[in-house]
Amino acid sequence: MSGYTTVLSELIKKAEATRPARMEKARKGEHFPALTMEQRQQWLKKYHPDYKSDGRRKLLIGPNKGMELPEEVASLIESRSRLNTKAVDLKKADYETDLLVIGAGGAGTAAALVAQELGLKVLVSTKLRHGDSNTVMAEGGIQGATQEGDSPYFHYLDVIGGGHFSNAPALAAALTNDAPLIINWLEDLGMMFDKAPSGRMKVRHGGGTCRKRMHSSGDMTGAEIMRVLRDEARNRDNDIKMLEFSPAVELILDSAGKAAGAVLYNLETKEYYVVRAKAVVVATGGFGRLHIQGFPTTNHYGATADGIVMAYRAGAKLQDLDSTQYHPTGAIFPEQNVGLLITEKVRGLGAQLLNVDGEQFCFPLEPRDVESACVIRECLDIGKGVVTPTGRFGVWLDSPMIDLLHGEGTVRKELPAKYIQFKRYDIDISRVPMLIYPTLHYQNGGIQIDEWSRTGIDGLFSAGEVAGGVHGRNRLMGNSLLDVLVFGRRAGLKAAEYAKSAKTGSPLSLKHVEDFNKEIEAAGIRSTGVSPILLPDYAPDHVKARQIV
Amino acid sequence: MAEEKKLKTLATGDKTIPPEGAKMIPIYIMGREYVVPETLTIMKAVEYAGYSYVRGCGCRGGICGACGTFYRFIGDYRLRSGLACQTVAEPNMIIMQLPFFPANRPGYDLEKMQSAPHEELRRLYPEVFKCVGCGTCTRTCPMDIDVMDYIALMKRGDLKGAAIKSFDCVMCGLCASRCPAQISQFTAAMFVRRVYGKYILPKAAHVKKRVDEVRSGKYEKMLDELMSMKQEDVKKLYVEREREPDLAEAGKWMPKDTKNL
Ligand SMILES: Cc1cc2nc3c(=O)[nH]c(=O)nc-3n(C[C@H](O)[C@H](O)[C@H](O)COP(=O)(O)OP(=O)(O)OC[C@H]3O[C@@H](n4cnc5c(N)ncnc54)[C@H](O)[C@@H]3O)c2cc1C
Ligand code: SF4
Ligand code: SF4
Ligand code: FES
Repeated sequence: MSGYTTVLSELIKKAEATRPARMEKARKGEHFPALTMEQRQQWLKKYHPDYKSDGRRKLLIGPNKGMELPEEVASLIESRSRLNTKAVDLKKADYETDLLVIGAGGAGTAAALVAQELGLKVLVSTKLRHGDSNTVMAEGGIQGATQEGDSPYFHYLDVIGGGHFSNAPALAAALTNDAPLIINWLEDLGMMFDKAPSGRMKVRHGGGTCRKRMHSSGDMTGAEIMRVLRDEARNRDNDIKMLEFSPAVELILDSAGKAAGAVLYNLETKEYYVVRAKAVVVATGGFGRLHIQGFPTTNHYGATADGIVMAYRAGAKLQDLDSTQYHPTGAIFPEQNVGLLITEKVRGLGAQLLNVDGEQFCFPLEPRDVESACVIRECLDIGKGVVTPTGRFGVWLDSPMIDLLHGEGTVRKELPAKYIQFKRYDIDISRVPMLIYPTLHYQNGGIQIDEWSRTGIDGLFSAGEVAGGVHGRNRLMGNSLLDVLVFGRRAGLKAAEYAKSAKTGSPLSLKHVEDFNKEIEAAGIRSTGVSPILLPDYAPDHVKARQIV
Repeated sequence: MAEEKKLKTLATGDKTIPPEGAKMIPIYIMGREYVVPETLTIMKAVEYAGYSYVRGCGCRGGICGACGTFYRFIGDYRLRSGLACQTVAEPNMIIMQLPFFPANRPGYDLEKMQSAPHEELRRLYPEVFKCVGCGTCTRTCPMDIDVMDYIALMKRGDLKGAAIKSFDCVMCGLCASRCPAQISQFTAAMFVRRVYGKYILPKAAHVKKRVDEVRSGKYEKMLDELMSMKQEDVKKLYVEREREPDLAEAGKWMPKDTKNL
């Protein structure tokens, strides 16, 4: 029947046995009760990986000295620079530009487009190809209060409640107020939104929303946004120059302490380039590839926290970086799909979470951190998880309910990419449930910014997943694609204003990097590696043991 | 304690745990033999063999199109293709990834179309009209897109059809690498999708209306009020929010409290 082992197939029967009764309730709109606010806090404290004290330590140096961070992040920040500053000739710039954008995902590309419209010459440094990013991976959708029964007011409440009231209010307000403008911008750029024949946007609920405001483009919303923005940037390549496979490794300041460029590193020729710019936008995305606490991740290959490392050395402040989003539903079977995101849309369409006995154990659309805590609790504490052949834990996500609720063929139509990804391994998710477990998904915190994407260092702007404060300690689905475009555009706008008015042209300097190296030594930190790491290291041990250098 | 231990077994990052007693199989990376555990994707098998990717790896999730791959099995004449991050490595596969392929992509200004969309397509991509209908692109596409068909729809002027048919394209370029008529199918399709999205798909009137309201500053006052409120009061508002029913029709449903719309 399927790619499931006989043992798992037997267990699926238990989920099937309870399905008719669950369906009947679902049709009547009856839900498994959601947790109260008190319960949420209790469960988070007890089960969410963020709240465990082991695997975390305090930063010993820099502007956020004393801040507690995951070990993986702290040790990256407090590693020596990979750059030999003495070998870099800052007197000669290899590239001169008005604006340097670091990172060509959604945020970086949006910033580049806006700055170009305002007359700037833009140079974009990116690690992989243009668009190889977390943005391209987003499936579920993008929020925006565009319908009559909704407004930025209610969107704001959802954002701030979902974030457990820890968000920076000004950022949440900017996010929700700009949202309809962003949806409109994308529509004007020719994005293929899911629409009714009248042109009205189709909208759905997401976890923690009180109104249906999730706009989508099949289950490839991020891919569609990314390819449209990239296509537009390519149309403007006279003014927007793209340097692929050339990540930034350190920011350059000028003698007045203003951001004035970066040192790039060509991953293929291994050369360094000096870029001089009037303003800089850091939009390097998240840190999933650090595999915090060993969790698998949904993130793209280049999500290694480089921007955090560079900006911190240049003196930028960080916030909420100790808070990591585990997506409640990552695939845990088959092995090839481990870590892969199963979009929240599956639950939005009515699929329920079930334990090994086929019973529900939580409201399927709690905020993500709460939902993750529920799954971890069910597996590790209650002991009703399903065990996979490779010894991982999971619970069922009952996707066959979707066709039963919305009509035959809905799964294929609404979730084509997921359908294919499992079909490859002989699992038809419109007929049998998926096995899931939380997976490392999103960096909630990051570089501190204000509502105009300013970092506090003159000339240095930041936007997107690398920046913090917008979502506080927990992000709701669909608000991140929105965030990267809102603050990417705001960064482009303010960087353009700044580049036109600021006094620039002082000598370039990497002294902040040298000073930071000295601070590491003075604090007695014995760092073994260098950072930013640029790419994760997946060489297996048997290969490493034989590598000569 | 037992809990801690269990959590550790999950802590595996991206390194694959081959299932117990996994069989080892030979694969040929650009012709050179390596032995890897079965069930890995090509991408993970290549890493298991000791390669570190710079090119040819992006999302690792089947959506960015960085990892287009051609392969054959020893003794089989057929040339096959797939995404390295999605295709399972099998014994005696001879693998070559195609991390880049030059594509024709004439620039254009979407705001200032010189003529009807179909004419623009002809002006920008005259080669599309020289498709010989060989079907190689369709056989090659790792996303199972009927590429030849969307090219045929473009020729017929059915841009809506072509846009919808090509929607799942991850722009890996494999189709273009094999086309005897030298067409860059996926860049032409990108153009067609944007034209369709902008000029053919009906506009969302409610979005325009809301944009005007936002620009008029209507919501800034409401948001200011929320921002300056005490946290308990915001919490109260949050808890008391009215939830739009799942099956409500978009644009029809209205909350009881319409003050802050
Ligand atoms: C699987 C998945 C599904 C998601 N689904 C949704 C969803 O449905 N809705 C939603 O709102 N959000 C979703 N998200 C979250 C959202 O997609 C991301 O948070 C957001 O797109 C991040 O955008 P960004 O531009 O900040 O970063 P990215 O898009 O990751 O772009 C960062 C870019 O910077 C580059 N870079 C990194 N380091 C350097 C360096 N040193 N120098 C130069 N360049 C560098 C990277 O290679 C990359 O191209 C999802 C995320 C994932 C991973
Ligand atoms: S249509 Fe071409 S570029 Fe697009 S996914 Fe298929 S083979 Fe790749
Ligand atoms: S490969 Fe080229 S010529 Fe052949 S069907 Fe496809 S587009 Fe036409
Ligand atoms: S790595 Fe992105 S599609 Fe394979």
